[in-house]
Amino acid sequence: MSAQALAAKPVPGEEKEKKDSRPVSIEDKLYLNRFNADKQSHLFIIDPEICLTKCPEQYCTKFCPAHVYEWDAEAQKILVGYEGCIECGTCRIGCPFRNIKWLNPRGGYGVQYRQG
Amino acid sequence: MAERFDVVVVGAGPAGLSAGLVLARGGANVLILERGEYPGSKNVMGGVLYNHQLDELIPGGWREAPIERNIIEQNYWLMTRDSAVSFGYRNQDWAGDPPNCFTVLRAKFDQWFAKKVEEAGATLITRTTVVDLLQDDDGRVVGVRAGRPEGEVYADVVILAEGVNNLLTQKAGLHNDWKMNEAALAVKEVIELPREKIEDRFGLEPGQGATIEMLGDASAGMLGMGFLYTNKESLSLGVGVLVKHLVYSGMNPNDLLERLKQHPKVRPLIEGGRVIEYSAKLIPEGGYKAIARLFKDGVMVVGDAAGLTNAIHREGSNLAMTSGRIAGEVALEALAEGDPTSRVLRRYQERLEETYVLKDLRKYNHANEFFDENPQFLRDYPELLSRMMREFFTVDSTPKWDKQAKILRMVRRERPLWRIAYDLFKMWRAIG
Repeated sequence: MSAQALAAKPVPGEEKEKKDSRPVSIEDKLYLNRFNADKQSHLFIIDPEICLTKCPEQYCTKFCPAHVYEWDAEAQKILVGYEGCIECGTCRIGCPFRNIKWLNPRGGYGVQYRQG
Repeated sequence: MAERFDVVVVGAGPAGLSAGLVLARGGANVLILERGEYPGSKNVMGGVLYNHQLDELIPGGWREAPIERNIIEQNYWLMTRDSAVSFGYRNQDWAGDPPNCFTVLRAKFDQWFAKKVEEAGATLITRTTVVDLLQDDDGRVVGVRAGRPEGEVYADVVILAEGVNNLLTQKAGLHNDWKMNEAALAVKEVIELPREKIEDRFGLEPGQGATIEMLGDASAGMLGMGFLYTNKESLSLGVGVLVKHLVYSGMNPNDLLERLKQHPKVRPLIEGGRVIEYSAKLIPEGGYKAIARLFKDGVMVVGDAAGLTNAIHREGSNLAMTSGRIAGEVALEALAEGDPTSRVLRRYQERLEETYVLKDLRKYNHANEFFDENPQFLRDYPELLSRMMREFFTVDSTPKWDKQAKILRMVRRERPLWRIAYDLFKMWRAIG
């Protein structure tokens, strides 16, 4: 069974779950973290043409744990919401075309974990 | 910023701080540069820190360190979508002194550790990202460039403890970044829960803790592992999967985590808890073959930056500490001998080869490839084991002889016995 099919299979009793165990979205979770957002991005799409012509799956829009990358259908390019980046680095190695340039945010900027 | 130090360490995590501590105690003029607001502010791990390596550096340090709970019980769960076979071990000795391991929250622990290193005489500067290395024409590292005006700092030895995102190690030509099958991404939630609830739910006395590693369905069929650790007044719940599997699954890691939270064995343990932080971390786990070159003239690479982790045994921060300590010792020798070239720095690798760090990396060199090529261990066997256990524990009117025969038939239908034996033999060959 594929990972997706496994995930889609419901757990018995899932439909009558309580309100406070409802899945929490990434956006809601990012609100819990403390960020010191820079005015400049530390993430760059190296060649937008590759996203447009070679990557219909748009992997980065799915695997990024902070949902930093989003396809803008109108502009026909990937939007980079670097402000919510939690700096794991997965996009740098997970883009099959190695089309993402990943830098550390400038000193003192970016996510500041209070628990870690 | 002073422009010359004996040693510059990049990164104030366990590896860099261990190196800094040894150097400061040895009388070296050492600068530690950290890009976060404070040490630990960029640092994430599941949460288990082993006492042995900390004790080597700071004897008895665990008694004053901000630790969460002494781990007295460790569990493995082999999971299907709605069941789990569990195996665990508890020993009351671990509640004593010294403990085997304890949970920590890195934002707190690293600050404490950094303070110890500063007290020993190291200079720590935070909010400073190192953007480049200073290298001479022969490729010898002679310093670093921080991302600020006049940010050049020269040093006899540079120690790279920059973590898994080892951009400087790559700039030094010592590593070519992780391939998708050489790293896992883990996401984690810290879930606040009153301490009495934690102790009730996990059967713990005050101050004691438990760990659970979750195999099988926890990673939705991908190569990976879930985990649930007890902190003082919170739980750390997370799941990590091989980047290659994650990328091509089309799944989001947060969905994996939310899915794990719904598992009937996990849900009651976190019930009523409040999520207070969400983090993600890349874990290098490509084994010995994937590690960075550990040194060249003027530079050594330690901890995650070099790929020094043992994913099978969820160890990393201890390997970081050992590698940092040895790199610090070798840097002291290089300063004393006035020769910070490979001639002296190669001792770092030579000594690390003699420790558990590189021995374990060699032992599990092909662990990821093995489980990648043998997905039956992550999917079929947990399912089969669950069905066997269910049959075994379900009491109906079947006589026990018939029940045993039924279980054996069920196993044989699923997988011939010789194949099971062969699989187990292969696993023993790969990681045993």
